[in-house]
Amino acid sequence: MNENRLNGDRTGRGRIWFTALAGTKCRQLCPIGSVLAADTDLGGHRVRYLAVVPDAENRFPRARSGELGLEEGWNLAKQIREVIDEDQSEVRRPIIAIVDLPSQAYGHREELLGIFLACAAAANAYAEARFAGHPVVSLVVGNALSGGFLAHGYQANRILAFDDPGVVIHAMGKQAAARVTKRSVAELDELARKVLPLSYEIRAFARFGVLHELIEGVNADTPTETDIKKVKAALQRAIADARVGSRTLENRLTSPEATQTRKASIEVRRLLTAQWKRS
Amino acid sequence: MTNATSPQALAPHLFGISFIELNARERARSLMDEGSFEELLGPFDRMKSPWLPAQGVVPQSDDGVVIARGAIDGCCTVVIAIEGMFQGGSIGEVSGTKIACALDLAYQDNEAGHRTYAVLLLETGGVRLQEANLGLAVIAEIQSSIIALRRHTPVVGVIAGMVGCFGGMAISAALCSHLIATREARLGLNGPEVIEQEAGVEEFDSTDRRLIWSTTGGAQRYETGFIDQLVKDDVAAIRTAVRIAFQQSLSAKNRTAEIDKYLAFLARVNPTERLDASVVRNLWKGA
Repeated sequence: MNENRLNGDRTGRGRIWFTALAGTKCRQLCPIGSVLAADTDLGGHRVRYLAVVPDAENRFPRARSGELGLEEGWNLAKQIREVIDEDQSEVRRPIIAIVDLPSQAYGHREELLGIFLACAAAANAYAEARFAGHPVVSLVVGNALSGGFLAHGYQANRILAFDDPGVVIHAMGKQAAARVTKRSVAELDELARKVLPLSYEIRAFARFGVLHELIEGVNADTPTETDIKKVKAALQRAIADARVGSRTLENRLTSPEATQTRKASIEVRRLLTAQWKRS
Repeated sequence: MTNATSPQALAPHLFGISFIELNARERARSLMDEGSFEELLGPFDRMKSPWLPAQGVVPQSDDGVVIARGAIDGCCTVVIAIEGMFQGGSIGEVSGTKIACALDLAYQDNEAGHRTYAVLLLETGGVRLQEANLGLAVIAEIQSSIIALRRHTPVVGVIAGMVGCFGGMAISAALCSHLIATREARLGLNGPEVIEQEAGVEEFDSTDRRLIWSTTGGAQRYETGFIDQLVKDDVAAIRTAVRIAFQQSLSAKNRTAEIDKYLAFLARVNPTERLDASVVRNLWKGA
């Protein structure tokens, strides 16, 4: 099942959940079909939803299956910056990134035209929104892979994910990782059982403390009204928590899970800080 | 570019020394004022990767990152140098956290009114695949730290070569306030082998050296506006370039904020045609 999803050859959960949460009546704010953007009400407050979705008509052929490509990165950045600029004297609007992307776009054209910068533009905009006081929440409904996730989702104050076998947060898709490391998929799975950061299972990922909440018991492909209500409630909790929390990513290292699995990170920070103060 | 004094005049004893041939520690030292280099969390602290031994990889006692405090031209600076010779400069939990934490400490110093500059010597293939998910997580943390610090003080990225700067760390490079590269440097998101594997040899022939350098090489990146200074592989030249970068105004717009400019640039591209490096140079000149 995962392997099909990694190819990104379907309507995709990004669109399903964008529609489920934002509704069908809201105005699409983005001029390209692969980036969905809308403002809508969540629990009495206006929020902006963003998603990157497959678009067979995409100008750039290597970004037609929901990959984060050149125009996707820059358009996400534009949509986020608009929110920051519009809300300067108001309550800072929450920004919700719905994440289901197979990867960044792989192509010669993409490299030549600076896809690394397009990804940076989106990551930068999300982080600036967070620093400005916008609650930024990412909701991982499918694949959140590699550079695509760094651009769209990883700079959020709070990350939520469905507890579902089709949800994968990873540095590289499984088949690509197998090809690059010259291992079989079975060997990769075997190794992942011994080495936690290699695992493709969302429950294993949850042990790093990066996730704010793992949302259980939701039908990720065909959500019911109850599912949608449940996810909206989780989003509202995450928004409320982000409003009162730090604007940095430090919460990812202070969670109870992180104190178990990221001991080395915590020790590096402790020692380096002590030596810095002495120097 | 600023009409700075020539590298020879500024530091005659360093002229003619290759920067690329130095290791990470030597690179950091070579940029700093004589006697000011102090390494923090160095090899004797033995902070190694906890994940490599189980995979049959011998860890290194600095995990491939050197954090050095000192001065450049009297300015208090932290130089963060990635060692390209250890695991291709890849970012793991320890090496990545060293980088993010050093940037955060520089941020705190600046907040407290003690101006501290930051220089990143980038020689990295991106995420260390043996620490996959934690590598990606710490790269997100590094990026957040760069963005925060950049508002207080210049964060200068130097890509000298020969490893270059790829993957998630290419995104980090793009977040720096100023980028310096040599002709021997490469900067790109996906490496040629990965593109060939994922998109086919007709999309990218990873054995075609000319194609690789004309796509991601330092000269092409400079000609198309992705980096700020193209310098010789020379210690004195890189020192001079860093000094110029330090003088850059903090209010200068970061490339990542030039959204309309880049969207207009992309709109002029015909994505159904094979793009040539020279075509992109011309398109950029008109942007």
